[in-house]
Amino acid sequence: MTEVREMICINCPLGYPLTVTIDGENIKVEGNTCPRGEAYGKKEVTNPTRIVTSTVPVEGGDLPRVSVKTASDIPKGKIFACMDEIRKVKVNAPVKIGDVIIPDCAGTGVAIIATKATGQA
Amino acid sequence: MIRHDIVVIGGGPAGLAAAAAAKKKGIDDILILERDTLLGGILNQCIHNGFGLHTFKEELTGPEYAARYIEQVKELGIPYRTGSMVIDVNNKKEITVISREEGLQIIQAKAIILAMGCRERPRGALNIPGCRPAGIYTAGTAQRLMNIEGYMVGKEVVILGSGDIGLIMARRMMLEGAKVKVVAELMPYSGGLKRNIVQCLDDYGIPLKLSHTVVNIEGKSRVTGITLAEVGPDRKPIPGTEEHYSCDTLLLSCGLIPENELTKELGASISPITSGPVVNDRLETDQPGVFACGNVLHVHDLVDYVSEEAALAGGYAADFVKTEKDAGKAPVALKAENGVRYTVPQYLDPEAMADKLTVRFRVADIYKNRSICVYFDGKLVSRTKKRVLAPGEMEQVVLKKEEVLVSAGLKEITIRTEVEES
Repeated sequence: MTEVREMICINCPLGYPLTVTIDGENIKVEGNTCPRGEAYGKKEVTNPTRIVTSTVPVEGGDLPRVSVKTASDIPKGKIFACMDEIRKVKVNAPVKIGDVIIPDCAGTGVAIIATKATGQA
Repeated sequence: MIRHDIVVIGGGPAGLAAAAAAKKKGIDDILILERDTLLGGILNQCIHNGFGLHTFKEELTGPEYAARYIEQVKELGIPYRTGSMVIDVNNKKEITVISREEGLQIIQAKAIILAMGCRERPRGALNIPGCRPAGIYTAGTAQRLMNIEGYMVGKEVVILGSGDIGLIMARRMMLEGAKVKVVAELMPYSGGLKRNIVQCLDDYGIPLKLSHTVVNIEGKSRVTGITLAEVGPDRKPIPGTEEHYSCDTLLLSCGLIPENELTKELGASISPITSGPVVNDRLETDQPGVFACGNVLHVHDLVDYVSEEAALAGGYAADFVKTEKDAGKAPVALKAENGVRYTVPQYLDPEAMADKLTVRFRVADIYKNRSICVYFDGKLVSRTKKRVLAPGEMEQVVLKKEEVLVSAGLKEITIRTEVEES
């Protein structure tokens, strides 16, 4: 039983339309123009993942908040669990880009890291 | 009077990349003027990922992308001033700037790079009927309030317009616990990137209603609801299709307008299609020594292209300072027709142009199986097949100097879409 799914690759803003054919263990991706597209097509039908981005408040910084992201993509089903943890966090200035804010967010094994720097006020 | 070789107006992605490129081309006396308190421009509030795949071959968030260029500017030792707003530029290249620290100053520049970016179309420009309560924001204002200042702007949200900022904010509000009920789009297609419809709307089950608009806003002190209606091909509401949504917030993502008040004051010609200055292949306006890049020139879809374009503008501004020569009007006009809305640049000089020139443009509608064709004075020189063309995405063709030079006496280059015969 083969299943064919049409989707848009979200790896880059060019958004190529993909056709993914699932034949048991065999997954074929067409329409992509780079290896990221193929990987995305396969992942999207087996274990879809996303990068989550948000912001956290900063104590004593020259900015009131810094932006954060998951260090790598996490399963789609864990997005809201991650947001719940991110919302509980407060950080102290200074913050550098790449600083670990939460080492393992919502049991995903993925860290939340800062994407903006702030000095001390 | 204060004098500088190059003054860059705007310290966002375009201004930063332009300044860095000018410095690398040997101009040391550069000043960047930024009205906000920090460099980076709009990227500071674009906390989502997806930036930099072309430039850095990795996926960055907006603040990370900005930081790469800010670091570069600092490493190159390029002077910049924040909290400094340019209020006037004249055709003698005298720039009037105001700041808390220095008051009002006039700076004489040899070359100017316009990099002021764009702003959002507000409610007043959309003619939406109804009350004027609190709770109506442009999507970018809501983005700033949430991502920079940390305020939640609403709990039950309707979004009008499917531009990228609106789509990004739909997801952002859902993640912060709001309920986004619907995104309505006047046009029969979305103005945003396809990937954003997938990962911002589809992922969260937010419906996108194409060919719909807001016909009423209710609420006395705060928005209490809005009415949507379907629109016909004439984009006018169809009576009887009204649907009511209760909500406390309406976000508007209805287009971006290049911010060209200064450009007009210095007397540069503005294109009625892009709302940005008319430029030649050196990204120079029709005021010699005044260059433009980024969203002030035309609204881009990707910041990567802004950086690329801005680096060119910076390089050409450096060349101008070295020679201080007015190259005169470029002789070849670029014409957009049959589904191509505009081109940037609008003119080129075959003798002076670089070996390769990227011409950027947008199409007027969603097209399937069309070709992008380039004609030199009516003679077909290239034909590129495209499966899909969409107004939300910038397209480009690359013109080669050798090909342009071969066509002696060339007057006009036409870029148009043509239906593919299959």
